[in-house]
Amino acid sequence: MSIWEYANPKKFIATTTPILPWLTGAAIATLVVGLIWGFFFTPEAANFGASVKIFFVHVPSAMMAINAWAMMLVASLIWVIRRHHVSALAARAAAPIGMVFTLIALFTGAVWGQPTWGTWWEWDPRLTSFLILFLFYLGYIALWEAIEDPDTAADLTAVLCMVGSVFAILSRYAVKFWGQGLHQDSTIAKVGERDPLHASYYLPALICMAAFVLIFVALVLIRTQTEIRARRIRALEARMRA
Amino acid sequence: MIALLKRDLALAVRAGGGFGLGLAFFLIVITLVPFGVGPDTGLLGRIAPGIVWVAALLAALLSLDRIFALDHEDGSLPLLATSPLPLEGVALIKGLAHWITTGLPLTIVAPVLGFLLNLDTAAFPWLLASLALGTPALSMIGAFGAALTVGLRRGGLLMSLLVLPLYVPTLIFGALVVARGAEGFSTHMPLLMLAGITAGVFALMPFATAAALRINLR
Repeated sequence: MSIWEYANPKKFIATTTPILPWLTGAAIATLVVGLIWGFFFTPEAANFGASVKIFFVHVPSAMMAINAWAMMLVASLIWVIRRHHVSALAARAAAPIGMVFTLIALFTGAVWGQPTWGTWWEWDPRLTSFLILFLFYLGYIALWEAIEDPDTAADLTAVLCMVGSVFAILSRYAVKFWGQGLHQDSTIAKVGERDPLHASYYLPALICMAAFVLIFVALVLIRTQTEIRARRIRALEARMRA
Repeated sequence: MIALLKRDLALAVRAGGGFGLGLAFFLIVITLVPFGVGPDTGLLGRIAPGIVWVAALLAALLSLDRIFALDHEDGSLPLLATSPLPLEGVALIKGLAHWITTGLPLTIVAPVLGFLLNLDTAAFPWLLASLALGTPALSMIGAFGAALTVGLRRGGLLMSLLVLPLYVPTLIFGALVVARGAEGFSTHMPLLMLAGITAGVFALMPFATAAALRINLR
């Protein structure tokens, strides 16, 4: 018994199908609870006003935008090292979701920046590195779409994901030298220090983050199952033609 | 390896191989910018470092698909892959040949174009230094992008989408060297970072490029 048993597509579908409804339900429940709590039952911040409530969407989606890429990197490594097809398909399935999270983070950031900073967009290191991350997602997805042979596509995108990760981190620190920061540092990590996140925000924020993680996992599982089934259909069609 | 380098250089120079093309493109981009932003010399001088670097980047991008595509078409790429020279060495030489045919001439011509853009004369040595240090990294990263898309029939547009985000750190530090040089600040840090990027890219990218080539040649 090892975790690699689940790399068998049949076993993967058989295991994840009964889990999925529960996972989806939990994701929806935590999201509803977290957002309603965050939007209606927290006080307004002194220097932000009501706009502070974008926090409950902005921070979790920004977090998941980065985590999705990290998950793709791990899945790509597993594919390159152990050649499990489910892993490559999971990386492929995660990319558009990560891209949408990046877009949500950028969009909510712009909506939040307008009333607080007085501008929709600022060439700030954090904002800029997210824009670059978005471009990385675009390139990764485009490469998957462009190559017909599925194994070649999986190999090449895995190489791109690894090289891209190095350059994404490099760009993240390079832009720090280049622009003045307007965006504040991470607040979640600073709880307990001076000027922390207010205690009444902490719990709903955590629930929202859990909700975004659950949504991501559920969507990746659904999309991976779809990819597996699509590949089965293609294999069957090829066999029927032969 | 040297034979391969000589072959690539000869091919680039002779058969209408785009040797002068990248250079002409560089010149045209830099000439067009003042038409776009207006002939205000003060403004041009301030944005000159960025313009020269972006133009250099685009000129390098323009000739990237030649690195492997021609060899792939006429079948010499599989021959190179089965030759005693490791594929990593081939990738390194290909990147180097691309730099000698595009990056090096760009670097030599850049100061002349600096006059066109009213760049502060104090920045000229830094412009030369940053381009000489940074353009090899552009070529080597580009070779990786070219290797990824070599099997595709119309991979040019896709390749630019893949390669341009990878160029961000090089561009930032390259333009920063020139901008700081023009303002008389210390250029120590960005210059070292630029050199570090180039050294790291030349050490690691041949392996990634060779891996991508092997996958495409399967």
